[in-house]
Amino acid sequence: MSDKNVAGSDFEPRIVAFFCNWCTYTAADLAGTARMVYAPNARVVRIMCSGRLDPQFVLAALRKGADGVLIGGCHPGDCHYQEGNYKALRRFTLLKTLLAAMGIEEERVRLEWIAASEGDKVQRVINEMTEQVRKLGPLRLEQIHQIEGSHHSAAQVGKHAVMEGAV
Amino acid sequence: MSSLDNKHNGSARVGVYICHCGINIAGKVHIQDVVDIAKKLPGVTVAKEYKFMCSDPGQEIIQEDIKKGLIDRVVVASCSPLMHEPTFRGAMAKADGNPFMFQMANIREHVSWVTKDKGLATDKSKALVAAAVARVMFHQPLTKTQVPVNPNVLIVGGGIAGIHAALTMANAGKKVYLVEREPTIGGHMAKFDKTFPTLDCSACILTPKMSAVRAHPNITLWTYSDVVGVDGFVGNFKIKVKLRPRYVIEEECVGCLECIEACIFKHGKFKDEFNVGLAKRKPIYVPFPQATPLVAVIDPETCAYFRAKCKKPCADVCEKKAIDFNQKEEIVEVDVGSIILATGFKTFDASRVARYGYGKYPNVYTSLEVERLVNAAGPTGGEVVLANGKKPKSVAIIHCVGSRDANSNKYCSKVCCMYSLKLAHLVKERTEADVYNFYIDMRTPGKGYEEFYERLLLEGINFIRGRVAEVTDWAMTPDEEEKLVIRAEDTLVGKVRRIPVDMVVLAVGMEAQPDADDVRRMFNISCSHEGWFLERHPKLAPVSTLTDGVFLAGACQGPKDIPDSVAQAGAAAAEALALIDIGHVELEPNTAFVRDEFCSGCRTCMNICPFSAIAIDTEKDTAVVNGALCKGCGTCVAACPSGALQQNLFTDEQIFHEIEGVMNYV
Amino acid sequence: MKYLYYPGCSLKSTGRAYEESALAVTEALGMRMDELEDWNCCGATNYMSISELKSFALSGRNLSLANRQANNTESVSLVAPCAACYLGLTKAKRYIEEYPEIRSKVDGALNAAGLEYRDHVRVRHLLDVLVNDFDQRSITERVKVKLAGMKVACYYGCQIVRPYSEFDDQHNPTSMERLFKSLGMDVVDWPLKTRCCGGTLTGTVSEVGQRLSYILLREATRRGANVIVTACPLCQFNLECYQSEMSKRFNDSVHIPVTYFTQLMGLALGIPRKKLGLHRLFVPIPDGVESPAAGGAHVLA
Repeated sequence: MSDKNVAGSDFEPRIVAFFCNWCTYTAADLAGTARMVYAPNARVVRIMCSGRLDPQFVLAALRKGADGVLIGGCHPGDCHYQEGNYKALRRFTLLKTLLAAMGIEEERVRLEWIAASEGDKVQRVINEMTEQVRKLGPLRLEQIHQIEGSHHSAAQVGKHAVMEGAV
Repeated sequence: MSSLDNKHNGSARVGVYICHCGINIAGKVHIQDVVDIAKKLPGVTVAKEYKFMCSDPGQEIIQEDIKKGLIDRVVVASCSPLMHEPTFRGAMAKADGNPFMFQMANIREHVSWVTKDKGLATDKSKALVAAAVARVMFHQPLTKTQVPVNPNVLIVGGGIAGIHAALTMANAGKKVYLVEREPTIGGHMAKFDKTFPTLDCSACILTPKMSAVRAHPNITLWTYSDVVGVDGFVGNFKIKVKLRPRYVIEEECVGCLECIEACIFKHGKFKDEFNVGLAKRKPIYVPFPQATPLVAVIDPETCAYFRAKCKKPCADVCEKKAIDFNQKEEIVEVDVGSIILATGFKTFDASRVARYGYGKYPNVYTSLEVERLVNAAGPTGGEVVLANGKKPKSVAIIHCVGSRDANSNKYCSKVCCMYSLKLAHLVKERTEADVYNFYIDMRTPGKGYEEFYERLLLEGINFIRGRVAEVTDWAMTPDEEEKLVIRAEDTLVGKVRRIPVDMVVLAVGMEAQPDADDVRRMFNISCSHEGWFLERHPKLAPVSTLTDGVFLAGACQGPKDIPDSVAQAGAAAAEALALIDIGHVELEPNTAFVRDEFCSGCRTCMNICPFSAIAIDTEKDTAVVNGALCKGCGTCVAACPSGALQQNLFTDEQIFHEIEGVMNYV
Repeated sequence: MKYLYYPGCSLKSTGRAYEESALAVTEALGMRMDELEDWNCCGATNYMSISELKSFALSGRNLSLANRQANNTESVSLVAPCAACYLGLTKAKRYIEEYPEIRSKVDGALNAAGLEYRDHVRVRHLLDVLVNDFDQRSITERVKVKLAGMKVACYYGCQIVRPYSEFDDQHNPTSMERLFKSLGMDVVDWPLKTRCCGGTLTGTVSEVGQRLSYILLREATRRGANVIVTACPLCQFNLECYQSEMSKRFNDSVHIPVTYFTQLMGLALGIPRKKLGLHRLFVPIPDGVESPAAGGAHVLA
């Protein structure tokens, strides 16, 4: 892993974005086709449905050095698979509580419903998120959890806590 | 996180191919830097760049490397996988590679087209390539499953687009179910008198097609009906259609119209929907003389029998005993393999632009109302008359009402300039009135369209370039008394003009149907911002949708005139026929599967699967996924507390490594 | 909902009758509306045309004072009866909230005075409050006086509905018509209700300004109106004060009372003429138009 920038004006947030194939990923493609320039800080991982989003993915991204995580799914009622986005919402709500308990600011994770036609929303949300995380500064997990290996166990605890509530 | 520390695929040999896409990518990304990084990534044996990877020579580079045994899996960094993933998978298959040992890095739509700084774009490309490589290491060979395609087709909407699609499919020998919610097919076209620019009679060209639909042995026509349920997927949809009671037995009615004559209401009393409120109809009616089917319909809201038990003279007079007040709503279920949506549009509600006085001044009409007035079969027998029955001496046509307007719709409705020209011609022909067209820009692209515009200029129609500010009955001078006064800036002269007229025609634009959102949800497709159904690709897949097997025809996809709607209907029919003729669809093998050794039989997954694709093997007490029912969303995988469930092409380890890869080179 | 009253300069000078009637009417309806403490100029016309930023800072100060006076509560409306103040405050709020660079400059100025800008203060026109925050039936029930033969032309002018149309249609507003129908009065259809009154031209190029006012008055009279109601001090001034000059200039007899909408409303609610500032009119409302009608029975019937 490359060294993180220190906090300050040159801090560039690193954001992992999980986009569902049918709505948000397509919207990001549309933003591209329409040449809507936005912050290059987000990296998109495509999943078929926001329902596929295992909270562990978010924790893994943060553990591997992401300063923020963005999740994009279809609008309520629009899920290509009927209701995967509702499952994502429930998991997300619990995940945020968990992250707060771990000392991670809740503004570092964001869930957005972005329809296939909303290329401009992809642009806006990524720009907003980048600026928001920039204000928060780098996520310093090593300071939050001093004990070596604690992220690992935290992630597993997180998974179970979230699952119990979400299914 | 055990999966992260899982087996390393030591023998994997990854080929990485970076596409320039001309200057689309190469203009923003230092390609060579990305190639250099790719070469250093673990598992990569080949890293190359090429101008157009999707071209034949580009694909051949990959194929040769596979044949030479240099690589067993491929990463292409180019455009979106939604664009060219099938292309590259196909290329791999042709070289006897497994097409699923493949991953795309989207460095065009997600990088070069949206990033300003070249250095940052290059960094982002590196990260996406690294992620794809890290992930493809864990890909497994997979095979697609094939399911047969039901050759029947459902067409929703019986306007000209639906009619044309239905006849095309039926003539090709396919079974068509055509569903229309009005009592007759024909749609908007049936309301028009003439069509632009040829001025041929709308009814003369439409009626034969309507009759052909009715008579065609391959078409089942359900009017006064709605689709209420859609299940299944491409090749095998299950459709529920609600047939509303028309209280007249369709098979018995011969269309003699005696029942309408016999109705206790001696004259029309209720709003005639077909004549957009300009005439009155009885509770029992046919919408217009060429209605198809020519079967009477009884409106229970207004029929006296349903309110006060009338003596039913309509039923008594019917020799065929076709009238049945006990008719009930009926639900029919059919299986089809493909669906064509041709649900059309609605016209803009002119009262939303208060300053034009629609609904306030009786002599302000919408264009659709004037279509009925000029129609020989319309409420005035083709006479263009004012509310007081007199012929207008001057008529203003205001363009772009509800179009090209930040307050309502920003888009151009595309048809209004041409139909305004047509109406100007017809009004002048019928009344010899002075006709003024107030336009922003004249938009007349199309075969014979510009010529028609020129013809009207020569006919002495007045054209004033300027958006109309207001229509009032405010007279400033004696010759404005009792008139509607148009105030508009004549932008070619640079002056504000006041023009008194007798009649104002508002050229209303086209809007998506008010229930378009419900319809698209039912068929699992998307809408654009404006509410039009979203095509898969604006240029290269204009009649397909993001849902396989669902196609679009006509104005439900965006404003269109008749020739465009018919062309698109033909295209949609051709796409559906192609699907049927192959006979099967290949399903993406991204289904879920269970690793028995980790499954505790907790049934968490069973409860959340929306497709009931998961059952329990009672002997082993473990979950089993039915691959034919699984749609590959992965929701169960995310919910599985022990990691026993996995999703092909989206396993935990693939995604974890993608995350790790993406973070390595941010 | 807490209401704070922003008078602006006009309501303390030429538009005194507007303040008198507005306060009398709100009091009669049981609506508490404290005056904003230490308010300053809204930054309208003159400031706005010379330096927008100063204008935004002036309005910004009023908005932050409102927030402070309301103890930072989420639901506070700053009520501006003057159309120019209403527009000035609304425009400033929009610009401050939509443009971060303007916001930071305005905030800088406010911080220097120990204030800070907060988003949640709503800017409302008094007409909006009276029509939309009150059940119109309850207003009808408070009607004590029947105004026989009054035919009202409702005049909005330009600033209440343009460019922002926060509570009514830009081109065909109907709030006042609805209000006066609730008060049991006849309203005339008058398409000129948002046309220019002449604005400041009346003071600078009087021929042009008066012509614009005259067009409005003549058409209202032609359509049978015998009173015009306005919601703007400048409109009221232009339409009312020059009628004798207009009569000479355009060789016509122009004579029609032009009141603030709150004055005529107050009359229907049974408030004494003097309390409504009606004695200040140049063209008075004729004596004896009032007859008792308790509880708006003639309207509800």
